[in-house]
Amino acid sequence: MSLTLENVSKRVGGETHIDGISLDCAPGSFNVLLGVTLAGKTTLMRIMAGLDRPSEGRVLVNGRDVTGVSVQKRDVAMVYQQFINYPSMSVYDNIASPLKMARFAKSEIDRRVRAEAERMHIDHLLDRLPDELSGGQQQRVAMARALAREAELVLLDEPLVNLDYKLREEFRAEMTEIFAERDSTVVYATTEPVEALTLGGHTAVLHEGRLIQHGSTAEVYHRPASVVISQVFGDPPMNLAEAQIEGGRLHFGRQTSVALPEHLAHLAAGSYRIGVRPVHVFLDRQSGDDVELDGEVEVGEVSGSETYIHLRHDDLMWVVQEEGVHRFDVEQHIRVYVDPRFIFAFDMDGGLVAAPSRVRVPGAA
Amino acid sequence: MARIEYKGVAHSYLSDRHGAQDYALEHIDLTLEDGGAYALLGPSGSGKTTLLNITSGLLTPTQGQVLLDGRDVTGLPATERNIAQVFQFPVVYDTMTVYDNLAFPLRNRGVAKSEVHERVTEVADMLELTDVLKQRASGLAADAKQKISLGRGLVRSDVAAILLDEPLTVIDPHLKWMLRRKLKQTHQRFRLTLIYVTHDQSEALTFADEVLVMRDGGILQVGSPRELFEHPAHAFVGHFIGSPGMNLLPCESSGDGVRLAGQDLPLDPAYAERARGTGGRLELGIRPEFVRYRRSAEPGCVPADITTVEDLGNYRILSARVGDQVVKAKLGEEEQAETGPGWLLFPREWTRLYADGRVVD
Repeated sequence: MSLTLENVSKRVGGETHIDGISLDCAPGSFNVLLGVTLAGKTTLMRIMAGLDRPSEGRVLVNGRDVTGVSVQKRDVAMVYQQFINYPSMSVYDNIASPLKMARFAKSEIDRRVRAEAERMHIDHLLDRLPDELSGGQQQRVAMARALAREAELVLLDEPLVNLDYKLREEFRAEMTEIFAERDSTVVYATTEPVEALTLGGHTAVLHEGRLIQHGSTAEVYHRPASVVISQVFGDPPMNLAEAQIEGGRLHFGRQTSVALPEHLAHLAAGSYRIGVRPVHVFLDRQSGDDVELDGEVEVGEVSGSETYIHLRHDDLMWVVQEEGVHRFDVEQHIRVYVDPRFIFAFDMDGGLVAAPSRVRVPGAA
Repeated sequence: MARIEYKGVAHSYLSDRHGAQDYALEHIDLTLEDGGAYALLGPSGSGKTTLLNITSGLLTPTQGQVLLDGRDVTGLPATERNIAQVFQFPVVYDTMTVYDNLAFPLRNRGVAKSEVHERVTEVADMLELTDVLKQRASGLAADAKQKISLGRGLVRSDVAAILLDEPLTVIDPHLKWMLRRKLKQTHQRFRLTLIYVTHDQSEALTFADEVLVMRDGGILQVGSPRELFEHPAHAFVGHFIGSPGMNLLPCESSGDGVRLAGQDLPLDPAYAERARGTGGRLELGIRPEFVRYRRSAEPGCVPADITTVEDLGNYRILSARVGDQVVKAKLGEEEQAETGPGWLLFPREWTRLYADGRVVD
């Protein structure tokens, strides 16, 4: 099914929670709603589900207006942050319950419950009660129940947020496969950039109740339309600095300057904000054109396979993300390198004016 | 601040105990040095919270002793241990100002007004709360409230240790960075003994000098982030640390190396011999960061079927089948890879063998 929101707003009391959102989700598509807490993700999902009515605007399913139609009359399944299961029912009965309500034949219920349980890797737990399961297993049950009905629209509201990170990693990897095999249109809300990137599909970025960018996930990541999106969709967020273009050169910080790289060459002289992802600031020189930044280490952090160095350069904090484990002392002076090919430029209103041309290697998958 | 020692500490929540399986925590012998930043890392049910509660005094262990600076505190309740705790969810008094919230733990203990002012100002400065000191806590966002919670833990200069139980769970990713930096700077400035409990490897590793990896009530490895990444002592540590975790591939000892999915992979002969000597079930462990992709055969390569190459923004994850096993490799943004037949190289210096889960040295 296709899901369309037309200029949907939601006001509660005097407060605007959702502000004029229009969005198209194609049949069978996977859509990530990315945004910080309170961006409006849950409110929007409740409107999509028919749990709440928008104050303005229309919700269309397959082109048909369903704005006033209640959730019971829509073909929609929802998975929440909390693991919601019937505590007194076995895993089998939990998964079967919506099918029983929908009056499926017993044999069909059995077939679907077993197939769904197998897909979610809980087929060995069918006789257990939810209480006897780990958090990850409980969420698998909740998800199996939501999916067993094969609803046309599946809404998942930060379903992994209460799970251990290792379980999240497993789930994420499976999720793409689980939905690839179905016809359902899926909307998945998250605050985590890495989740959006792993799940792929399309990403809609929500901020303060507004939809600020919608496109293929890779496109949104590589061409964030605004400074706000560059901060929401990046972990750690993109480094930002005020800059001037003058005489064919880009100037930033107190006295850093570099010849304009090709992808910025068309920009007129004036003030800009530039952005560089932490992964594009290097401890070693990358090319002859590199900008050198000298600074003081504020803190060095090691996360599994990577090191993050927080560096104070002039009055700005830069985060450097480097592969491998490196040790730095606080207040140590170091020099890092920015390859100008990787600089994003935003105008003073925060709109993207130039993004690095993605290095596409011929023959790459 | 204090040195914390655990001597033969074990705990069971059951009154009727039969064996190791009935213990939530199994025989911990461990010393945490004064001024160290430690993380307790493990999945749910690994015993982290049990150990934390034994440290704070909320729980008396079934066996063993807890010593603070050499003094046995095993039987002392939480109130007499002088240990500060920061929880998952902010604990603040909404009707009080931020200043009064921070001052509360000090005033409660009758600390002189001038010292209260000095400490509150210092901690507020550290956590960037100076501008909101006069505001009521109720109007503040979740991250500001959690900063107040942290501040209340940090404000006392007389505490033996500060325990942090998943303090960043409720914080959005882009703010976690800032709070983590603040916490780390605070630690470096005040040299507090900090114990940070989390299931999130990146939080544990970014924060701690030493990480204690726990599973099933036991400590599997204590090490620096680098040691845990480069030299996991246990297959579980290899899997749990790193995203994706270490590739762990069942193999058999064969000639000067191992046999993996029908392929002979030569290793250092002495190393392979030691692995054979253990007589244990063998797994080859290598991190995705160290597996290299090759388009054509090279000495030491194994043939593989490249099934997917996932684009994760600034890096890519290649998944391949070697026989019936799945191997993952992390590729740089500009590295090429095609699905279909290819080759994988396991550099020897990063290839480890595990016998019954334990690393072969």
